[in-house]
Amino acid sequence: MELNNSKAKRITWWQKNQVKISPWIFLAPGLIFFSIYVIAPIFVSIGISFYQWDGLSPSIYVGLQNYIELLDDEYFYISLWNNLKWLIFFMLAVPIGLGLAIFLNQIVFGIRLIKSLFFFPFVISQVVIGLIFTWFYQPNYGVIAPFLNLIGLEGFSILANENTATYGIIFAGLYPQIAYCLILYLTGLNNINPEQIEAGRMDGAKGFHLFWNIVLPQLRHATFLAIVVTVIGALRSFDMVAIMTQGGPYGYSNVLAYYMFEQALSEYGYRMGYGSAIATVLFTIMMFYILFFIYRMYRNEREDNN
Amino acid sequence: MKKVIISLIMMFGLISSTSFAGTLVINTDTSDAAPKEAFEYIIKKFEEENPDVTVKWNVFDHEGYKQSIRNFLNTDPPDVANWYAGNRMLPFVRAGLFEDVSDIWKDSGWVDGNLSENMEHAKKSMTIGGKQWGIPYTYYQWGVYYRKDLFTANGISVPKTWDDFVAACATLKAAGITPITIGSKYLWTTAGVFDYLNLRTNGYEFHMDLTLGKVPYTDPKVQAVFDKWDELVKPGYFLENHAALSWQEALTPMVNGEAAMYVMGNFAVAPLKEAGLRDSNLGFFQFPEITPGIPMAEEAPTDTVHIPSKAKNKTDAKRFLIFMSRADVQEEINKILGQLPINKNSSVKKGDPFLKAGLNMLNNAYAMAQFYDRDAPAQMASEGMKGFQEYMSNPDRRQKILERLEKVRQKVYK
Repeated sequence: MELNNSKAKRITWWQKNQVKISPWIFLAPGLIFFSIYVIAPIFVSIGISFYQWDGLSPSIYVGLQNYIELLDDEYFYISLWNNLKWLIFFMLAVPIGLGLAIFLNQIVFGIRLIKSLFFFPFVISQVVIGLIFTWFYQPNYGVIAPFLNLIGLEGFSILANENTATYGIIFAGLYPQIAYCLILYLTGLNNINPEQIEAGRMDGAKGFHLFWNIVLPQLRHATFLAIVVTVIGALRSFDMVAIMTQGGPYGYSNVLAYYMFEQALSEYGYRMGYGSAIATVLFTIMMFYILFFIYRMYRNEREDNN
Repeated sequence: MKKVIISLIMMFGLISSTSFAGTLVINTDTSDAAPKEAFEYIIKKFEEENPDVTVKWNVFDHEGYKQSIRNFLNTDPPDVANWYAGNRMLPFVRAGLFEDVSDIWKDSGWVDGNLSENMEHAKKSMTIGGKQWGIPYTYYQWGVYYRKDLFTANGISVPKTWDDFVAACATLKAAGITPITIGSKYLWTTAGVFDYLNLRTNGYEFHMDLTLGKVPYTDPKVQAVFDKWDELVKPGYFLENHAALSWQEALTPMVNGEAAMYVMGNFAVAPLKEAGLRDSNLGFFQFPEITPGIPMAEEAPTDTVHIPSKAKNKTDAKRFLIFMSRADVQEEINKILGQLPINKNSSVKKGDPFLKAGLNMLNNAYAMAQFYDRDAPAQMASEGMKGFQEYMSNPDRRQKILERLEKVRQKVYK
């Protein structure tokens, strides 16, 4: 009797809390690894930014010294400015992707093949794209050279010129990013409600008017996602820079992510503290953006629920 | 089941404890063909002479090694690792990761007699704080590689003085040939030019003072170096668009006969010959004299082997270092490498005019510099080379660049 009683008690405790506890049990593996590999390193990295450390010898606490040095660092401003250029011009991927998606969203013979060809840049590794575009830009034998010759820029090297190098890399970066946006929009177009378009047509909407007022609002989620991945892609642009110019000529195509790598981890980089300070700045910029993103998502969901 | 697990754990335990007595673990970055072959030879010969030692050799990718060495010296140290002389080894020496091997350098009855005597000229670049931290086994000369046929066609003889050199450039340029090719995408090639201009304008002592941070970059003597550099940059004697090209890509104009000279290390000879140049049309000359009377010092980067201080088998590691310093061993490996041995008693591969010229030049050299990025500390080197590249593209920014480098110098050498 007593045994039965205690068993009943135990079961009731589990039953009482089961609903509360089980999500945490399911979340636990993810949460544990997320905190070890994502959350903890953020704080460790911010911590390192207050030290002078070569990664080998004991570290020395220097307070805000690394940040003060950043304010006086020409290359830091160049990188920051380039990050801004990336943010602005990388956004072109969204409208171009949308345009291509609408163009490809028709039913003709072989459209599946054509669509998959348009996806292709997204499948190729960034490193390969970077390499290929570097060859395109080669001043003497690259594919672009004859066109540059036509407009009187003989032997002009896009990647060796401090004014054009960043744009050259962004252009190469757009190639896969457009394909990515294209995929997002194509799936979005699949979910469009044909009845609404029909209704719009009946009311006399055509062409751009129809697109702007009826199609685009329905693509809102796809647009939002496309902007988000493009902004993140622009801020973490690292591989293209590393492959195409290594931040050159003389640091003029650097971005924060690559500058951090150069200072902390590259061949001549033994400045973990300084690199961490750059990383912290980049993190702060991203944080602003991510907070805005979370806020928008929260607001949207509330609207949808109402 | 339990038994299986335990025996599995024991097996892994055995496998992971790589260095028990008699095993020598060697990590090298010799992923290129010739260096790899050289180390294959070294290890085979060492094992033949020391049958009680088994060598376990890990070859790393040449570029990746620069990063991985920082990890493995701390976490999984081998018994021997290769690296470079000069300030390049300073971070590891300062962090206590390399073993002091001064006893090998002192005359203590080792196989080949007195190391300090046979390698006297290289001792300085292996010394930090009065102690030696490794053994050098190969080096190579820097200088000017040129197209003999282009020189002949334009009536130019090998320039011995700066004025001759500049005049040769002018003649070539007028003939529609790029006088000097260079590819500065990876920056370091510009440092070769800077080093030689400084060594010839101000001499070895000043160059060392500068790379050791004792002289400001705004010093009039540094300005004088850039005055000389101006004489080459401003009339456009260097290859256009050099910032977009790697050093290998910059070889192409020279192979095609569109460029005549390259300030380079001897490793450029192999790819140039592979691309079709021969001893008959490819030549080498010493970088010409600038300030008369200044003793000629040369650029001769040295490759070295070290014992990590956390190595498990230091006894055999020392045997290996002594073996690597021997005249006969250095002779053989440098024949494979196509480079120059450090040990004075080694002879050089016959029939290679470039090695012969190099050996001759280095034996008569007043002193040897390691190269800007090995003589100067990492941060200074990286900023300096960026500055040189910017200067070569925009010579009018000289003042701004030098002021920036001076700011870096004050931070780096506190």
